[in-house]
Amino acid sequence: MIRIEGIQKHYGRGEAAVRVLRDVSLRVETGELVSIMGSSGSGKSTLLNILGILDDYDQGAYYLDDKLIRNLSEREAAHYRNRLIGFVFQSFNLLGFKTAEENVALPLYYQGVARRTRNKLAREYLERVGLGARAGHLPSELSGGEKQRVAVARALITKPKLLLADEPTGALDTATSYQLMDLLREINAQGMTVVVVTHEHDIAEMTSRTIRLKDGRVAEPELAPA
Amino acid sequence: MIEALLELWDVLSRNALRTLLTGLSVAWGVFMLVVLLGAGNGLENGANWEFRDDAQNSVWIGGGKTSIPFAGRSPGRTILFKNQDFAEVARKVPGIEHFTGRYWLWGEFSVSYGSKRSAFSILGVHPDHRFLEKTLMVRGRYLDDNDQAEKRKVCVIGSKVREILFGSRDPVGEYVNIRGLAYKVVGEFEDIGGENELRKIYVPLSTAQLVYNQPEIIHQLIFTVGDATVDESKVMAEEVRAIVAKNHGFSVDDRRAVRMGNNLEQYTRITGVFRWIRIFVWVVGVGTLLAGIVGIGNIMLISVAERTKEIGVRKALGATPASIIRMVLGEALVLTGVSGYAGLVAGVGVVELVAARFPQAPFFRQPSVSLDVAVSATLLLVAAGALAGFFPAYRAARVNPVVALRSD
Repeated sequence: MIRIEGIQKHYGRGEAAVRVLRDVSLRVETGELVSIMGSSGSGKSTLLNILGILDDYDQGAYYLDDKLIRNLSEREAAHYRNRLIGFVFQSFNLLGFKTAEENVALPLYYQGVARRTRNKLAREYLERVGLGARAGHLPSELSGGEKQRVAVARALITKPKLLLADEPTGALDTATSYQLMDLLREINAQGMTVVVVTHEHDIAEMTSRTIRLKDGRVAEPELAPA
Repeated sequence: MIEALLELWDVLSRNALRTLLTGLSVAWGVFMLVVLLGAGNGLENGANWEFRDDAQNSVWIGGGKTSIPFAGRSPGRTILFKNQDFAEVARKVPGIEHFTGRYWLWGEFSVSYGSKRSAFSILGVHPDHRFLEKTLMVRGRYLDDNDQAEKRKVCVIGSKVREILFGSRDPVGEYVNIRGLAYKVVGEFEDIGGENELRKIYVPLSTAQLVYNQPEIIHQLIFTVGDATVDESKVMAEEVRAIVAKNHGFSVDDRRAVRMGNNLEQYTRITGVFRWIRIFVWVVGVGTLLAGIVGIGNIMLISVAERTKEIGVRKALGATPASIIRMVLGEALVLTGVSGYAGLVAGVGVVELVAARFPQAPFFRQPSVSLDVAVSATLLLVAAGALAGFFPAYRAARVNPVVALRSD
């Protein structure tokens, strides 16, 4: 599903340039549940941005679902983000003036799906994450765990190839964190490829494989899984 | 399209108060523009109304009393024009378009037809008088050169005269009795100058002079200057003054010897004032509108800054830069469009209300907003909305989702 070969990325120019990713190669197969771990400054956020087509890279190659993701126009990038990737963020990033249902439906708005159709679908996905009864509530009326479930529903509604979760449990207490991870595992069990970026060991341990980043490199050489 | 509008509505209604206040500033700008334009229009119509009765390019000259001694003659002489003055002016002053003398029969004269009898004003005039007074013939004909040359006893009567003497009958060909003499009615006229004008009877100047035994006297000379400029009309007036001054032996510097009036000069002065009023109105109105637009642009910039994160989220979820631009630009356009339209409607409403309430106010008549003004104001609004939205939209489209999502 994901093939990354010798990716390099730096910020800034000349002497002030900071090399964030020095040489990263890794693979994630379809249907895997992988975590990427690393301390702050290890480059994991940058890697996540590249994986999410939010940011470009300098050297190397990134294939997502066998498509080379490189030097895309903003328009193409938006298209791929919309079709291939579902995002879950640490701070939920729900739109405060929209109800849970409308938040979940938003990616479909950018696919040109009619309001009625997308709201119906959104309700289905909210049911699947156990929040069918909360569809009409604003994010401010939901708990942290509920908000993150709404975010998961929103990430899944476009039927993406890849679910990218950036510190999805960072803003949740332990019990809620575990519930969320259970949800992600369940989704993974249904065939979805999931990549979770985290700095918490217990969260990483709940995934089937962990990739460690250190100083812009993969700490233990990434081998193709047996 | 509808989807996009619904999405816009979501965003706009979220900040209802801010949306309302911002919209109000644009509505006020358009309202002011429309009301000012309507008021300017009303003033202009009012001024034109004051000039409506007579030719706007006419110059008149009437006899007065000499006030300074000249060529051995003492002041205090009354100046009365003669036929010779008329003939000489007509011959010597270039550029005269229409030219008439006037001979007043002082007071109202008893006029009768059959058993009907009433009093009307009688005026002896040349055939060109018709153009000076903007007389409209509704029946028969006006006085002509033959009437004048042969001193015929014919007359044209105002429609009020016809109404009183003839009722609804056709007066043309009938004879009316004016102070004991029978005059054949050759025509009936209307005049927008009001009822007073319609109570007049015109007879040939030569007939009036003969009948009232003053075969040479003309009380007033009036002529139009055609397309002449104000300066040219002044020159013509002075030429006329010089001719009568020479004929009657008074100084051309004697301002009281004759009385003169230049309608063209007055009219041009007033229309000139209105041109400035129009410019002023546009400057103030557009300025007010511009303030509203800047306000909207400002609010949109704030809104975009406030929503950086939201825009980042939208981008992460698949919003293209074009869709972000559409969102912000659309917001500005809808805001200016709706509030501007409200201002337009309110402004037109006020103008129409004033027009209905005060239909006859002096120097203020029929304030109105023409279709062109409404159309150009609307176009101005759309341009304004686009302008107000452009920079904020550009900024929004450039939001980097990575940075936006990181900001908490």
